[in-house]
Amino acid sequence: MTTEAPAVLGEGGQTPITPERYLAVQNSDEFAQLRKALRRFVFPMTVAFFLWYALYVILSAYARGFMTIKVVGNINVALIFGLLQFVSTFLIAWFYSRYAGRTLDPVADRIRSELENGGNGR
Amino acid sequence: MRTVLAAAATNGTARTLTIILFLVFVAATLAITVWASRQTKTATDFYAGGRSFSGFQNGMAIGGDYMSAASFLGIAGMIALFGYDGFLYSIGFLVAWLVALMLVAELLRNSGKYTMADVLAFRMRQRPVRTAAAVSTITVSIFYLLAQMVGAGALVALLLGIREGSTFLGMTAETAKIATIILVGALMIIYVTVGGMKGTTYVQIVKAFLLMGGALLMTVMVLAHYKFNLSALLGDAAAASGKGEQFLGPGLRYGVEVPGDALQTFYNKMDLLSLGIALVLGTAGLPHILIRFYTVPSAKAARKSVLWAIGIIGVFYLFTLALGFGAAALVGSQAITEQDKAGNTAAPQLAQALGTDLLGGEIGGAALLAIIAAVAFATILAVVAGLTLASSSSLAHDLYANVIKGGQATEQQEVRVARIAAFVIGAVSIVLAIFAQNLNVAFLVALAFAVAASGNLPAILYSLFWKRFNTSGALWAIYGGLISAVVLVFFSPVVSGSPSAMFPDHDWQWFPLSNPGIISIPVGFLCGWIGTMLSQEKNTEKYAELEVRALTGAGAH
Repeated sequence: MTTEAPAVLGEGGQTPITPERYLAVQNSDEFAQLRKALRRFVFPMTVAFFLWYALYVILSAYARGFMTIKVVGNINVALIFGLLQFVSTFLIAWFYSRYAGRTLDPVADRIRSELENGGNGR
Repeated sequence: MRTVLAAAATNGTARTLTIILFLVFVAATLAITVWASRQTKTATDFYAGGRSFSGFQNGMAIGGDYMSAASFLGIAGMIALFGYDGFLYSIGFLVAWLVALMLVAELLRNSGKYTMADVLAFRMRQRPVRTAAAVSTITVSIFYLLAQMVGAGALVALLLGIREGSTFLGMTAETAKIATIILVGALMIIYVTVGGMKGTTYVQIVKAFLLMGGALLMTVMVLAHYKFNLSALLGDAAAASGKGEQFLGPGLRYGVEVPGDALQTFYNKMDLLSLGIALVLGTAGLPHILIRFYTVPSAKAARKSVLWAIGIIGVFYLFTLALGFGAAALVGSQAITEQDKAGNTAAPQLAQALGTDLLGGEIGGAALLAIIAAVAFATILAVVAGLTLASSSSLAHDLYANVIKGGQATEQQEVRVARIAAFVIGAVSIVLAIFAQNLNVAFLVALAFAVAASGNLPAILYSLFWKRFNTSGALWAIYGGLISAVVLVFFSPVVSGSPSAMFPDHDWQWFPLSNPGIISIPVGFLCGWIGTMLSQEKNTEKYAELEVRALTGAGAH
């Protein structure tokens, strides 16, 4: 941790963070990378699951012949497609939490502790 | 005659048991509420449960807040009567959580304090934006609340087996409905005014466990009945429905194809797409869901709560599949529609059938029916309490403390106003629900989702991710989305001009879809953009604070 010696500790061990320091952090490379890392994951993933869901709804509306094809016994394409939406939701949630834990949290925690302990956030 | 609830002896036993179980739930939750009130001292305690809940606890509470009677009884009933189309609803309700997880929960937790408006007004002019956010919060919550309360009244009459012409404790069906609405309203007022967010959260956690337990029990029983052969269950359900294989595919309820009417078929399919979009984008804009993210200590805990919520909600919707198809196969659509045309009693009827078959005759049937009916009541109470809390928080924290008092109110004043607001909102909802009890207001849930997706979500996303966004943009987004959704629904077939409308005897309908989302959501996003472009306002410093706080939690409450 690159925590610099805190000059003055405010209440609860925190110094108030001035607007200038927020601005300085926002303009720092480290923060720009955090922002990029977040957006690089959540924007494409949101578009992907939305299109995947839209495909499912559109097929439900317009491709009923396809959706009612039986696959195993009475289990048809529509049911499998629906269950796959559950699977993809669980998987994306898991991917996101792993990505956030490994890639985003360490950077966010570092910037936060620098700011709250009176560092200038570089 | 298969498993008709009216079988007098069973009904009497089940009714007594239901009432006993319900009273046990009420007593337990009131005890929790009183305990919670002793722990509630500051404004943070009242609005955000002291931010002391764990990710797991909050995840369960989110489940308890989100899975309404419409989910439990409504979706099970829809699957029982219309087959596959009920499942479409569940999928939208679940997938929606990815928006909350990736784009909203953590950033909102870090940058806000008590209400949705804390984030929206962060870098804007406080008064206009907080007013708009409060208007939207209260509108969404009241719509949702009315649907739940009117539903509660009708449901209790059904679950207790009070029908037209018969009496219960000297009450006719009509009076029993009104009494139920008043009772539900009174309880939700007590939970919120006395217990605040802490009490409400525990009520929701208890309800989530009861609901999951009840649904799991019935699911296992249905599957055991079919020796865990899903295909056999589906086959039986399709055969019993009288609709054959069509029952297992989409199209009986949504996007119905009308032979010889290409235009109506087109509208029906557009309506399905419109509903789907609103379900997926609405969740992350529902104020009573958003304020739940403030009850945990950190953004990481907020993430964990959504992960738990996705788990519990996903599993629950898988259960409803078994419940719905189980009810179609084992109870049959005729027996269900005899009780309730919308199918809301399918799950309780299934409980009775399963209990009778597997737990030993009529007593077993009565016992399981009573348990499931009591779970349904608990479900309604937990949801209405969450809605009342969301709207009273917004009234007190946004309108009173920040708009009227200009941020100068003390914590004690704010909390006192929040308690009064909960009381007033509760009382107003009781009165409105009594007036609306014979109107078909089921569409209000879909409308609440549409408003949340059209007004709140664009404002939240722009606020968090778009540097240029400003006061004018926030006002345009919230009011544009809200007004377009409400106006379109007002002129849609769910309000007038159709036999199942709220006012079936009037006709001012010109908008062909029941769900406005496909128009109003793009309108909301577009309005937000236009409004932003029309103003030069820019608050660089506040945006730096908002963004750094949202992404790192530095300086978060």
